[in-house]
Amino acid sequence: MAVVEVEDVMFAYSDRPVVEDVSLEVEQGDFLGLVGPNGSGKTTLLELMIGLRRPDSGSVRLFGQPAHASETGKRVGFVPQDVAETEGEMPVTVREVVRMGRYPRRLFGRFTDEDRAAVDAALRRVEIEDLAERRVGRLSGGQRQRVFIARALAAEADLLALDEPTVGVDAESREAFYDLLGELNDEGMTIVLIEHDIGVVTSRASEIACLNRELYFHGDPETFVETDALSAAYGDGQSIVHHEH
Amino acid sequence: MSGQPLTTVARPLQSLDGAISFVLDVLWGSVMDVLAALTGIEMLGFPFMQRAYLAALCIALIGPLVGSFLVHREMAMIGDTLAHSAFAGVAAGLFVNSLAAVTVPPLLSALVVAALAALLVQSLIDYAGAYRDTSLAIVLTGSFAVGSVLITATGGGIAVGINAYLFGSLATVSRGNAAILLAMSVVVVAAVAAFYRPLLYVTFDEVGARAAGLSVTRYNQLLAVLTAVVVVGAMQIMGVILVAAMLVIPTAAATSIRGFKRSIAGAIGAGLVATLSGVTLSYLYDVAAGGTIVLVAIAVYVASMLAVRAQE
Repeated sequence: MAVVEVEDVMFAYSDRPVVEDVSLEVEQGDFLGLVGPNGSGKTTLLELMIGLRRPDSGSVRLFGQPAHASETGKRVGFVPQDVAETEGEMPVTVREVVRMGRYPRRLFGRFTDEDRAAVDAALRRVEIEDLAERRVGRLSGGQRQRVFIARALAAEADLLALDEPTVGVDAESREAFYDLLGELNDEGMTIVLIEHDIGVVTSRASEIACLNRELYFHGDPETFVETDALSAAYGDGQSIVHHEH
Repeated sequence: MSGQPLTTVARPLQSLDGAISFVLDVLWGSVMDVLAALTGIEMLGFPFMQRAYLAALCIALIGPLVGSFLVHREMAMIGDTLAHSAFAGVAAGLFVNSLAAVTVPPLLSALVVAALAALLVQSLIDYAGAYRDTSLAIVLTGSFAVGSVLITATGGGIAVGINAYLFGSLATVSRGNAAILLAMSVVVVAAVAAFYRPLLYVTFDEVGARAAGLSVTRYNQLLAVLTAVVVVGAMQIMGVILVAAMLVIPTAAATSIRGFKRSIAGAIGAGLVATLSGVTLSYLYDVAAGGTIVLVAIAVYVASMLAVRAQE
């Protein structure tokens, strides 16, 4: 079943088009890596896919419904850009943030045993139960990412959308974080990931979409590294982040 | 025959007056009288001080309660903006009263104008794409301008009444105003209790909340209107110019507390210290209540920061 269906989508900020003629599908269980140069519309496309924006033309369907329909929100876990870098003075604890994952189902009324169990299970799954009473703002970048993943797991999300989640995270935590994403994907979680590090994406993702306003490539990583889609999208002379893994 | 419609109108008014009298005189008045008798502190027995202490309690409760959400969204200045629009509302009420035969309670006109300003500010931020602090500054100065024009338009006749609202005073807390503040406090506490989860989610992670399907715009509007209610309620004692302090300073004093709910409780505690001792000192030394409360609140803030430093 297709989790996300993007069809002929156009989106512009006033008269500046940032996404043009993009069509792609994300199947259940896919791990899609979205790559492209800075300002290529990756974040906008991700926001369109999970219904944070509505396309100027074309259509985006999420779980078979229009993406902006509020019901689809319950099934999406979103890890925003620079969560690892923003420290924040807000005195929320890890547990309070993970509990937010249950809010779409339980915006009012008491938490049930099921809600509490889902929160505990999510904390255990990403191995941060010992941090539960700590302040989110006082954690390391790598730990903070796990909090957001746990929030998505507590929500029982079927789709995890991440926007450059490892900016500002040390190499070791980064590896561990991508291992965790790989495990979740193996367990059936559909993942859409924006990542500037091409090496990470090609080694971890099952699908690659290469974007620079238009879609330059959509397919498996093996084919992607053989084509010249990358240099076409980035243009000649652009520096490409590429680490060996 | 002619008495018939009058009594039907008068009856609900009478019962409202009865309810106010029951809460203010029978419940609160008796508690304070007992307290005065037990402690031997004379001022606790004065009805106007009893009302001032009641207002102090309400302000210490609802200021930090709403302020905790504002401060952590970096929207601390919205309180100040809405206070100035409330000032325009007070001026409008007094202006209408000076022209027409009707009597508009200035607190009511302040509430209406501040609530409208709250929605205006929120939509400026949401739709016009204006810089947040720029749109706040426009509404702040614009409404103060409206207020000052209205005051002078009556030839200065209402300038006397407006002073009490600008700087706040203990004497402004009439029976009616105390009742309005109490009712506003009940509404604010009930609203925050009911909408605690969405307000927390939107405060912590607005984009995430939107992705999760929450109607973020609605909750932003709710928070802005609640801020307007708090500002108008607290304005009588605090004064327009200082009222925003009760949204911000107690909250700032409690940010080192772990856990959002507990930090709200801590902020209310800090607020209580500030308002209760502020009202007391203001009476004892015959100085402005609002200013005294703010100075005590800042002292509490500094003390809490020093305590955190010492711990680390």
